[in-house]
Amino acid sequence: MPDHNPAARQPEAPVPERPDPAARRAVMALCGEARPEELRRALTQLGGTETVEDLRPPETGLVMTRGRIGGDGRPFNLGEATVTRAAVRLPGGETGFAYHLGRDRAKARLAATLDALWQHPGRRAAVEAALGPVAARRAEERAAQARRIAATRVNFFTMARGDD
Amino acid sequence: MYVAVKGGEAAIANAHRLLAETRRGDASVPELSVAQIREQMALLVDRVMTEGSLHDPDLAALALKQARGDLIEAVFLVRAYRTTLPRFGASEPVETGAMTLRRRISATYKDLPGGQVLGPTFDYTHRLVDFALAAEGEAPVASQAEPLADAAHAPRVTDLLRQDGLIEPSAPDDGSAPGDLTREPLDFPADRALRLQALARGDEGFVLALGYSTQRGYGRTHPFVGEIRVGAVAVEFVPEELGFAVPLGEIDLTECQMVNQFHGSAEVPPQFTRGYGLAFGQSERKAMAMALVDRALRAEELGEPVGAPAQDQEFVLAHCDALQATGFVEHLKLPHYVDFQAELELVRRLRAEHAARRAVPEMKEAAE
Repeated sequence: MPDHNPAARQPEAPVPERPDPAARRAVMALCGEARPEELRRALTQLGGTETVEDLRPPETGLVMTRGRIGGDGRPFNLGEATVTRAAVRLPGGETGFAYHLGRDRAKARLAATLDALWQHPGRRAAVEAALGPVAARRAEERAAQARRIAATRVNFFTMARGDD
Repeated sequence: MYVAVKGGEAAIANAHRLLAETRRGDASVPELSVAQIREQMALLVDRVMTEGSLHDPDLAALALKQARGDLIEAVFLVRAYRTTLPRFGASEPVETGAMTLRRRISATYKDLPGGQVLGPTFDYTHRLVDFALAAEGEAPVASQAEPLADAAHAPRVTDLLRQDGLIEPSAPDDGSAPGDLTREPLDFPADRALRLQALARGDEGFVLALGYSTQRGYGRTHPFVGEIRVGAVAVEFVPEELGFAVPLGEIDLTECQMVNQFHGSAEVPPQFTRGYGLAFGQSERKAMAMALVDRALRAEELGEPVGAPAQDQEFVLAHCDALQATGFVEHLKLPHYVDFQAELELVRRLRAEHAARRAVPEMKEAAE
């Protein structure tokens, strides 16, 4: 259990800045949707790769995907998905994690590095800006897809029947 | 009885080399890439993922290439691969109500919030072979239209019926982990969560035939397609070290909500009941068949007479897995030399005894 009493903390422990979990999740989601070269570009833009230490070497495993009975009821196991994870530490002590669908280990490590960089409040905006092109590309793809799907939406006409 | 047989190593090695060469086919024809299979044989890839019970389009495409397009062999490869990987855990249940829809149709309501969108479908095509596809050329560009304001909000049809109390509620989430047949052998009777897991990875042909049998009268359920939706859902996972739900990415799913005719009892007023199907990718036929069989397997729970094959969960669940089925059927081609030798001995002895019995009355006749 995490200790929430500040007085009980070790004096040398850094006071953790409580980042907005939604903002961190958004960055994580963006990294997951990014192509590896987009993450590489973002890292280069952020000043290249510092010495990044692997807390855990990138590893591929399985996550059992669950659905719900009827879509809204008790969970059931639908089937597994390959997932690759990585965990890194920066020289400044910030740790970053990545969990992505698929088997791309290099990409997971890049994403974990970006997550670690994002942990530093001073760099947060820069990391988000560096991922801006990914967000823009995805938004454009989503909008184009939505337009193609919208063209297949059915407009029903009710046929008038002769005598009524 | 199995007895170790030695020999044939060179023949086996050469057969596998021949397989590799044969797999490539005519070398003057360009080789298929895994990406080509993933992109252009997408529904087959979806089926390998669904029956292989492993979401990984690239892996499924590679397995198909290795298996020369043999579906069950590809499923075998995918299932074998997964046994080499550690399990990180289970995802949060996916929210199909929040799916980014690529297709959504209902056979029960014409007008639905969010509308009916056909998406990329074979429905309403004339099933005429398109010889233009045999020639290379640019694919036609899809039409586009501005999405209507309600397009992003498409509640499930079952949610709409639920508001009026016309359909049974889903069994609520009590927080307990669902059984997992990849961890514990299937035990009968299996609960609905386990049955759905088995059906989801079950052979599409087998599940389809069973669903069809219920329509033809072997355990009738009077089904309507309340809704079929195909699209992308976000998958989230809570890693121990982080303690919050991490977005893993999006996967494509097909969901079928089958709405079945009235059911009522002394306690429960007449209402619609439900059958549910869910599969990886765009796997519409599978999701529909699964929903039919899911509902048929609820016969006992709903107080209906039980007797049809699709209502017999031991029959359905013990035989729906294509890999198990093929394993047992195909093992028949492995050497059974000693077994068969014993059978030969037996048949020869029985024949000798039979001949002796026939000879005795003839001798008696001759003596009289």
